[in-house]
Amino acid sequence: MTRSRTAALSAFGFVAFLAIWEAVPRFGFVPATILPPPSVLPQAFWREVSSGIWFASLVTSLRHYLAGLTIGCVLGIGLGVLTGMWPALEATLAWIVRTLRPIPGLAWVPFAILWFGIDPAAAIFIIATGVFWISYFAALGAVRSVDRELIELADAFGYRRADRKLIKVILPAATPGILTGVRTALGQAWMAVVAAEIFGVPGLGQRMMQASNLLASDIVVIYMATMAALYGLIDSGFVALQSWLLRWKR
Amino acid sequence: MIELKNIGLTFTRDGTSTTVLRGLDLSIPAGRFVAVVGPSGVGKSTLLRVIAGLLPPSEGDVSIATANKKSVLPVAMVFQDARLLPWRGVADNAGFGLEHGGITRAERRRRVEAALALVGLAGFDARYPHELSGGQRQRVALARALAVDPDILLMDEPFAALDAITRETLQDELSRIHAETGKTVVFVTHSIDEAVYLADDIVALDGKPAGMLANITVPLARPRQRGSREFGEVAARMRVDLFGQPAF
Repeated sequence: MTRSRTAALSAFGFVAFLAIWEAVPRFGFVPATILPPPSVLPQAFWREVSSGIWFASLVTSLRHYLAGLTIGCVLGIGLGVLTGMWPALEATLAWIVRTLRPIPGLAWVPFAILWFGIDPAAAIFIIATGVFWISYFAALGAVRSVDRELIELADAFGYRRADRKLIKVILPAATPGILTGVRTALGQAWMAVVAAEIFGVPGLGQRMMQASNLLASDIVVIYMATMAALYGLIDSGFVALQSWLLRWKR
Repeated sequence: MIELKNIGLTFTRDGTSTTVLRGLDLSIPAGRFVAVVGPSGVGKSTLLRVIAGLLPPSEGDVSIATANKKSVLPVAMVFQDARLLPWRGVADNAGFGLEHGGITRAERRRRVEAALALVGLAGFDARYPHELSGGQRQRVALARALAVDPDILLMDEPFAALDAITRETLQDELSRIHAETGKTVVFVTHSIDEAVYLADDIVALDGKPAGMLANITVPLARPRQRGSREFGEVAARMRVDLFGQPAF
């Protein structure tokens, strides 16, 4: 199939999707409060933007997102790399990890509220917890699968201390695996943002809950679309960064 | 000068121990080119790793006396697979052994350029390993070892994976580099022809555990001619003298 034909089909599919979506509430199959037609969305979006709420929620959520992501990645990658380098540490942590890891991120909400209150710190904690496990396992796996021969090379050229080996060989060799984990975490963290804010911390998630309680379903869709667009933007940005960092690959 | 005294090496894995080397004595004077030959899996590479200090011997002593005080590392290694770091370009790979501090950036650059020129790879600085041919990669690995200016060059079947033409070219360059720099070379190979072409002395290893079967000086003047009758005769005689039978 030619590229233009593929693009045409994709565009057709999307337009058809919008048309069906528009038709269902318009012809009265379901009330517009249950499913707002896409044609009302630009107006709803404009209302949210001009009141300043959209931008304020966006900035607040992005703050939680970035803080949670950073904390989760730094701790997860840091501990994952150390655990990957020292089997004794891995053995020490094995049962702790096995106990804590299966706990779903949302199950931490009660404790997040107990420890931090209805506060941005609680949202950041929830986001960071999810990101932590993803980046921890990515870093652990990536470090453990670094080619033994490259580590021998570091030894042969006099880099015998663990920190020298880490910088010269282990970290660069593990980077592709770690970045793949971070990319997964970028998506996971967006889900956690909504979950973390739904219980009352200001941001996109809270605004969605408010709108939903008022049956302003058009506003809910605006925020869903906002998150999808933001995620797309962040993911493409990250992919660009990733391919620049890994430009040495074929 | 490399002195090996009564070297023995035993690995223990899952409760069973395997002795790879036993009672090995070997003395290599500075500037000598020594080839170590023997069947695959006999422990040639292991011996090289013991000399490099990558494997501590279970018995015996390794002592390495070096004259060159300026060298960052007295011993440098070239592996069978070029073992380049894929995220580094050619120049950064060649300079891998020079990042120990105490060497200025300018000095590092100068040494890398000199080493790359010595192996015939000037002008390839910015290429990544995956953009190079097998022979070019092995040249970079050789340059990486030469850049640290070691007294001793340890080479583990460095040309075994290359095609015949590239291999002969690199053998000639190694001969030239050895003549120019006067470094001690320990060269592991399973090819007696390669050993006869390159080495001053040939050491044969055999047995399980491996011990030294013979240590013979190659009776050929340099430069050597691969196709000459004399070369053929010496190589044929070496096969018998090293292993007691016309081996491989």
